[in-house]
Amino acid sequence: MSIRVRYFASLREKMGRVEETLAAEGLETVSDVWKAVSEGRPLPEQILCAVNMDYATPESLVADGDEVAFFPPVTGG
Amino acid sequence: MTVELRPTPFEPFAELSRFHESMAEQRRSAGALATFIGTMRDFNEGDTVTRMTLEHYPGMTERQLAAIVETARARWQFIDALVIHRVGEVWPGDPIVLVGVWSSHRAAAFDACRYLMEELKSRAPFWKKETLGAGERWVSCNTPGYSSCG
Repeated sequence: MSIRVRYFASLREKMGRVEETLAAEGLETVSDVWKAVSEGRPLPEQILCAVNMDYATPESLVADGDEVAFFPPVTGG
Repeated sequence: MTVELRPTPFEPFAELSRFHESMAEQRRSAGALATFIGTMRDFNEGDTVTRMTLEHYPGMTERQLAAIVETARARWQFIDALVIHRVGEVWPGDPIVLVGVWSSHRAAAFDACRYLMEELKSRAPFWKKETLGAGERWVSCNTPGYSSCG
């Protein structure tokens, strides 16, 4: 099993990819997932995160099979 | 309660009319309809904007919009609500968002409509990318309503 990581908007362009899949071993929180995809950098303050399409925090727990998303502040409407 | 994402242009007045008709008997108890229609401007932050692309997070966007409507429903008494939001390419003058709230009385209609719009602006995962005369840029923050992203 694994964790699917998705990026949107300006962050997607900055990351240079739409999504990726990580092995879940050793990943306990959203913050761990971010570090795994960003060479250990801390999650930028303005970046929002979601787990399974619900808003989450860097401390939120992740599990096998979860979808984790990172994106900039939303600008709809 | 209806929440829809539209990949092509829509006509907000026709949508309101159609929805109102579809409410049948229920609309007899609706003494108030409050609406908000947001359309694309041809300028932003001093620059001419010729086109805009609206990105969203399929699945999460619908889920968040439905949650916002449910929260409003628990807070105000209203009969029905309609939320339509564009995705994809939009052009100046195109409607982007429509919110309509039907209620027995004006207070709930006005307040729930404003709430839905502000929550949509601050919580629904949509992102605007503007096309300018030279190049493109992401909109980094919505203009202040009840809250601002800073």
